[in-house]
Amino acid sequence: MSDEPRPYTLVAELTYRCPLRCSYCSNPIDWAKRKNELDTETWLRVFREAEDLGVVGLNLTGGEPILRRDLEALIAGARKLDLYTNLITSGIPLSRARLEKFRAAGLDNVQVSVQDVDAKASDRIAGLSSFEKKLEVCGWVKDLGMPLTLNVVLHRDNLDHVAETIALAERLKADRLELANTQYLGWALINRRALLPTRDQLERARAVAAEARKRLRGSMEVLFVTPDYYTDYPKSCMDGWGRRFIVVSPEGLVLPCHAAHTLPGLKFDNVREHSLGTIWSESPGFNAFRGEAWMPEPCRSCDKRGVDFGGCRCQAYHLTGDAAATDPTCMLAPTHTLIETARGEALAGEPPPLRYRSVRIAAAR
Amino acid sequence: MMSAESRPCIASKVRLRYDRKTGRTMLLYPEKGLVLNPTAAEIAKLCTGEHSVAVIVAQLASRYGKDTTAIESEVMKFLSALAERGLLQEAN
Repeated sequence: MSDEPRPYTLVAELTYRCPLRCSYCSNPIDWAKRKNELDTETWLRVFREAEDLGVVGLNLTGGEPILRRDLEALIAGARKLDLYTNLITSGIPLSRARLEKFRAAGLDNVQVSVQDVDAKASDRIAGLSSFEKKLEVCGWVKDLGMPLTLNVVLHRDNLDHVAETIALAERLKADRLELANTQYLGWALINRRALLPTRDQLERARAVAAEARKRLRGSMEVLFVTPDYYTDYPKSCMDGWGRRFIVVSPEGLVLPCHAAHTLPGLKFDNVREHSLGTIWSESPGFNAFRGEAWMPEPCRSCDKRGVDFGGCRCQAYHLTGDAAATDPTCMLAPTHTLIETARGEALAGEPPPLRYRSVRIAAAR
Repeated sequence: MMSAESRPCIASKVRLRYDRKTGRTMLLYPEKGLVLNPTAAEIAKLCTGEHSVAVIVAQLASRYGKDTTAIESEVMKFLSALAERGLLQEAN
């Protein structure tokens, strides 16, 4: 693969609306203010322009994408372009009949999230009674002969249930299990004290997942995404800024990642005003952190700069106040003590109660 | 285990797609994609559940004018790599 920026994946955030209220939601805190959703025609144009740029995969996500009444039409449009289309959903509210329509329209993969391995714990995180319904949806996906990814976001309250989570995925005959540790941005950063696990918890879970990956090789893909708070070097966020991914927000902002519009001082463009191709190559926001010229030390002379691209710009901003800083999760970052302090807090006493994603907090910020 | 009699079939989560930017065939599955070299693409396209490994090997050998033993190890290596990633299922 060449090193030139080329988008392979379009992440279409069809709506920020969602019946769930997960306390680690990655949507912006002020989601409720952003109401002006793109219409069907505009989305279909965005898909065409994305395919023109080289995009081969489409993630339909949100919020909850099935709240869009035109989802069938969007899937059909994507399929016409031969895009590999993945629906990322909570499964709420979905009927078997509608799922059949998605399949008929050409949907390639369904990713359903659960929040834990039993109803009580899962529903506590989701802020809505939904666990049993989600399992029913997973059953339909397999009944209809579609590939199923089960996604579970991990944190201190469910990380000790990884073995049970794997057993649940096996019972559901998932083709793929994503054990994704929380990324501490958005609502998860507000709730970090209540969500961040200890290193011991993480290591135990990682060992269980590694054993399962070996045992299930060839039948179920088991992914374990380590939280960057416990790695020595930062993650290669989005495979580098403006390199491989395009995210389009519900109101049409074109972003290098789903949280980029939370960074101050960057200008992002809207698909209502420009084509995706123009935005990809010319948008000042997209170009802000491409390449290496923006990098401070120690990134600039680091031999890993082509591996992790300096880490996550949003994390740098939300933790240090400077979007161009080295990601503090890097042990070489001058601000790494911020991460060490957070790890220390994870060891200390009873965490505070969760704050749920809501309109009220959103409006207050 | 894959044998000469196995009839490999691309898994249901996998789709092959022409990549107009490079002219290569891509093998796509959730969140990932592999860019196939021309031989790998030929093999993947024959994984429909109809052809046995032996037939796939014979087809490639005649196409490239090569010895079947040399082709066989290449085919087996590629198919095993796909199977390990859960990208292949065996048709019955």
